[in-house]
Amino acid sequence: MADKLRAQQQLEALQSRYVGTGHADTTKFEWTSNIARDSYASYVGHPPLLQYMAIGLGEPKEKVRLMMVEKMVQPVGRPPAVED
Amino acid sequence: MSDGGFASFPSRSPHQKLTDPSTAEFATIKRLQQERNAAAAGKKGSKTFDPANQRTDNSTKASLTETFDTDLYERTGVDKYADYNTSIAVNDDDDDMADGDGDDGRRLVGQYTATKEQMNEFATGGAEEEDILMSREKQAQIASRETDYQKRRHDRGPLTPTRADPFAANRQAGAQDEGLSYREVMAARELEREEERVRRVIAEKQARGEDGVVEHQATLKDASDKENKDAGSTVVATGRKRKQRWDVASEAPSEEGVKVEETKTKRSRWDQTPVPGAEDGPKRRSRWDQAPTLGGATPVGNQGLVTPMHPSQAGTMTFGTDISSRNVPLSDEELDLMLPSEGYKILDPPPGYEPIRAAARKLMATPAPVASASGYGGFMMQEPENARALGKQLPTEIPGVGDLQFFKAEDMAYFGKLVDGADENQMSVEELKERKIMRLLLKVKNGTPPMRKTALRQLTDNARQFGAGPLFNQILPLLMEKTLEDQERHLLVKVIDRVLYKLDDLVRPYVHKILVVIEPLLIDQDYYARVEGREIISNLSKAAGLAHMISTMRPDIDHVDEYVRNTTARAFAVVASALGIPALLPFLRAVCRSKKSWQARHTGVKIVQQIPILMGCAILPHLKGLVDCIGDNLNDEQAKVRTVTSLAIAALAEAANPYGIESFDDILNPLWTGARKQRGKGLAGFLKAVGYIIPLMDEEYANYYTSQIMEILLREFSSPDEEMKKVVLKVVSQCASTDGVTAGYLKENVLTEFFKSFWVRRMALDKRNYRQVVETTVDLGQKVGVGEIVERIVNNLKDESEAYRKMTVETVEKVIASLGAADISERLEERLVDGILYAFQEQSVEDVVLLNGFGTVVNALGTRCKPYLPQIVSTILWRLNNKSATVRQQAADLVSRIAMVMKQCGEDVLMAKLGTVLYEYLGEEYPEVLGSILGALRSIVTVVGINQMQPPIKDLLPRLTPILRNRHEKVQENTIDLVGRIADRGPESVNAREWMRICFELLDMLKAHKKGIRRAANNTFGFIAKAIGPQDVLATLLNNLRVQERQSRVCTAVAIGIVAETCAPFTVLPALMNEYRVPELNVQNGVLKSLSFLFEYIGEMAKDYVYAVTPLLEDALIDRDQVHRQTAASVVKHVALGVVGLGCEDAMLHLLNLLYPNLFETSPHVIDRIVEAIDAIRMAVGTGTVMNYVWAGLFHPARKVRQPYWRLYNDAYVQSADAMVPYYPNLEEDGLARPELAIVI
Repeated sequence: MADKLRAQQQLEALQSRYVGTGHADTTKFEWTSNIARDSYASYVGHPPLLQYMAIGLGEPKEKVRLMMVEKMVQPVGRPPAVED
Repeated sequence: MSDGGFASFPSRSPHQKLTDPSTAEFATIKRLQQERNAAAAGKKGSKTFDPANQRTDNSTKASLTETFDTDLYERTGVDKYADYNTSIAVNDDDDDMADGDGDDGRRLVGQYTATKEQMNEFATGGAEEEDILMSREKQAQIASRETDYQKRRHDRGPLTPTRADPFAANRQAGAQDEGLSYREVMAARELEREEERVRRVIAEKQARGEDGVVEHQATLKDASDKENKDAGSTVVATGRKRKQRWDVASEAPSEEGVKVEETKTKRSRWDQTPVPGAEDGPKRRSRWDQAPTLGGATPVGNQGLVTPMHPSQAGTMTFGTDISSRNVPLSDEELDLMLPSEGYKILDPPPGYEPIRAAARKLMATPAPVASASGYGGFMMQEPENARALGKQLPTEIPGVGDLQFFKAEDMAYFGKLVDGADENQMSVEELKERKIMRLLLKVKNGTPPMRKTALRQLTDNARQFGAGPLFNQILPLLMEKTLEDQERHLLVKVIDRVLYKLDDLVRPYVHKILVVIEPLLIDQDYYARVEGREIISNLSKAAGLAHMISTMRPDIDHVDEYVRNTTARAFAVVASALGIPALLPFLRAVCRSKKSWQARHTGVKIVQQIPILMGCAILPHLKGLVDCIGDNLNDEQAKVRTVTSLAIAALAEAANPYGIESFDDILNPLWTGARKQRGKGLAGFLKAVGYIIPLMDEEYANYYTSQIMEILLREFSSPDEEMKKVVLKVVSQCASTDGVTAGYLKENVLTEFFKSFWVRRMALDKRNYRQVVETTVDLGQKVGVGEIVERIVNNLKDESEAYRKMTVETVEKVIASLGAADISERLEERLVDGILYAFQEQSVEDVVLLNGFGTVVNALGTRCKPYLPQIVSTILWRLNNKSATVRQQAADLVSRIAMVMKQCGEDVLMAKLGTVLYEYLGEEYPEVLGSILGALRSIVTVVGINQMQPPIKDLLPRLTPILRNRHEKVQENTIDLVGRIADRGPESVNAREWMRICFELLDMLKAHKKGIRRAANNTFGFIAKAIGPQDVLATLLNNLRVQERQSRVCTAVAIGIVAETCAPFTVLPALMNEYRVPELNVQNGVLKSLSFLFEYIGEMAKDYVYAVTPLLEDALIDRDQVHRQTAASVVKHVALGVVGLGCEDAMLHLLNLLYPNLFETSPHVIDRIVEAIDAIRMAVGTGTVMNYVWAGLFHPARKVRQPYWRLYNDAYVQSADAMVPYYPNLEEDGLARPELAIVI
């Protein structure tokens, strides 16, 4: 019991620090959203990669960056309706 | 302390102030006197049993006017503590709480007795010596450790009435309607204050001797003549009128008044001349009337036995007084014997009858009057065994609860219901609920740990169903029980804490009840109790909300009892820290400006004082607000408020240091003018505040204000008051350490006066003064330099008082340690060394202070010591030869401190001489001394080097081998260090056989308790292996893997790892892997463990050995034993971390495949190791590859599978989220398209 409690607390601490971490009850929607955001953050965070993609897309680097940042909002569509 | 009598006045006079140096002693005398008085008074003013103090007083006849059975008819209105000091400080920092003497000015006569602190030093807290006459279980009780002040928590009664909850969102709960409203509580407080005021007026009147008229009154007319008496007295008209009002309103105070007058009347005796104005009249009773009294003030127990009876000692009670056996129901057989068999009929109990189950201690407490009334008096043979008492043992098994750890007599009072055997089928739901709670609480309080755990969980889970009322009505009385022990209190407090969470705002009506019980924890001596108390109050305030907390605690802020105000202030500070200072500030501002009562202002300021003590620098954002809040109180008309305000400012400034001076701007002026105006205790507070504010200022201001304040300080240097001395010293050191104060100023204005007033022998005698003087002198020294200070005190080194010499040495040591000895002139250096030598030789008790002092001085002087070394060494040699062990030890310790300097001075000859002498002393029998001697030898070896060592190493080492067997830690530590050094620097001076012998001895040291020793032994193994080659050492170590002891095996494994590291792994690995073939679990495990350490130590070297150990690891990872797999996993981890980026991915992937099925282990240790190993392999083979294993299980239908997989995912995410991006699975069908990754130019 105490172990479980501690594990639970540790998980909560972890989750408050890293949003992208998950647990057994994470839904696929949450997970894919996180993946998408992390991917965009990673592209934006590596300037050479961003440059590469900008050239590939034929857009200015800054535009691509902005587009990626904007895509981070609901990257995989609306959240599924809560079923009760 | 509990009171013996009822009828004495609050006879506090100016002489009985708190500052009285001997409070404790005084209290004892006073109590004894009160008991005597009560014994005398009891003859006439009759009272039976007083339920509150649980003592009978001494009347032999029951009163005709009073109800006899106080168990049924409570007797109220008697303030038993009326003549107590209403304020006793808990500890030194509460001195400011003195009730009567905020402004007692300067004493005209100096203090010639010991200080209060000295007197109380052993009376309280941890320093208290155990009273051998007190039984063990009693010592465990919290109440037996409490100071008188802390015991006053019992005054507040067990439970205060439930309060209404005006903030409740929906007021349907029953409890809320029946609670007292805020208005009612305030009215009650008002009444209490009024009572207190009247009582004071009466006391004053009595002190002035104005009630002399009363003595002519006939006793019987008391009640009716009250009016006349009032008329006869000189109370102010208004006062009388008010008195009339409360008199009519409530029964209790009037009764008090009557009794008070009664005593007065009786006091005049025909043979005594009435002494007008004798305020301690009642104490002067002659003793002739005391002898025949049956029950003196002696507490419960048989008359004539002075020992107070404790309820738990029921078995030893004498016949006739043991009321518990008296109250045991008589058995039918006994009744048959006692009553005539004819003419009687046994009746059925009437319907609705329920036997009274009185509390155990109440039962115990009544015996004396009963005994005497029924004719048992005088001497009574003690009956060792009371058959019935023996027969009725306390149960350890309660129905529905199971086996308890213990069950105390007092528990019966609370949990008695559980054993009455009533039929639960006929009970109402409420009753059942009550019993359920009772059972759970009993389990929590007295049960075994597993019982406790489940019971606590049940209580928590069902808290809302049980309801706040039933829960707290049972928990809180338990917490007020006088025989409560630490453990029980801790558990009950824990219950409250857990239940609070669940109840949330349902708790509101009970907030005050809880506070009454929890507040005393805030002033407990035990740190953890204080922390627990804080936690509860902070949770409570979060649950109940600020508004409710304020409305609940507001009435206590100007409570008549200082104790209540003090604890309330502390509780409020906790509330402030829980809910934030800004929320509380408006309220605090209002309280601190209260016009109605100075007590409220005092408490308000006290709250502000407690907040920084509790929160430290967290007050900084609100500093301005807090200071503004109390600023005006510096000019309060009440001296006590001024004092506490200055202390609060000091606390704020201390917490804010070094920031926030601008917040104090407004109060600087009143503070300074105040400091000039004040005297005595008030001044001490103001000086303290100034002392804490000055360090916050910038240089110019600090300088200016220091010079301003210094006048007052210099004046107070000669103050005889201990408290003032302490404050003055503190302020001086604070002023001295601020930047703006120059050395020149200090030298010119302060030093002379300072040394004249404080460097006197008397200061060295009190521990606290001693410390304070040393500290202040060192602080001054930081500014004025070493020479100045040492010059002034060096002569004291030859003083006749040892304590004074010690104080000097300590100061010199601290000053020189921080500033060096460059400032010391040649002449001074001579006097200093001479003085220190003198002090060292003359010490009667060997003290580490002198040793440190000597060492520091010699080291600081360095080569300048050369002329004195012969003399020092001859002193050491002489003292090494001393009969006393501690002298020898100290001398040896001194050698290790000065060895470095001796080398610097080139005194090799002297060192050789010392070495030889120390070598001779290796036969020393006292381990402490032997340890020091070995330490001294070690330091000589270190400075002169192995080759120059005298005696030569080849003689020394064989002498050390047997000493390695010594079990004393200090000896072990020093020998192993010495041996290790020799093995490291000069192994060739001894032959291999001797080293092997040492290896065997070292094996035992691998399981030493001290980590330092184990580490030294391991390192030594490495050195020896290097010196004589690993084969022999390894053989020894591998054999040691077969021993039973785990600790020993672990250390051996470590040692093997170290040997491998120092002698290259290929010398060790083959033998180690060969050893794995031994079909014995311990050995195989040991081998794996060694491998784990080995790979940890060798790091990157592992790449050459990976393929060699892989088959072994394969085998280990598929073993049935999970510990085996666990250890193998830790080997894998270290291997993998060693080979990151070194091209061993194939082997690592192979190991991962073997490791992965272990992911579903549930034992925490095993799974932790497995996950660590997988993480390590992720580092070695790359995130993408390992994540391919993980994707499969993240959304597995079985939670048991998902859980460990998510754990792996989280670890990977935290450590290398970026590396995962390219490797996420293709999730197009889930809406996750990442076309960017497909861009190819």
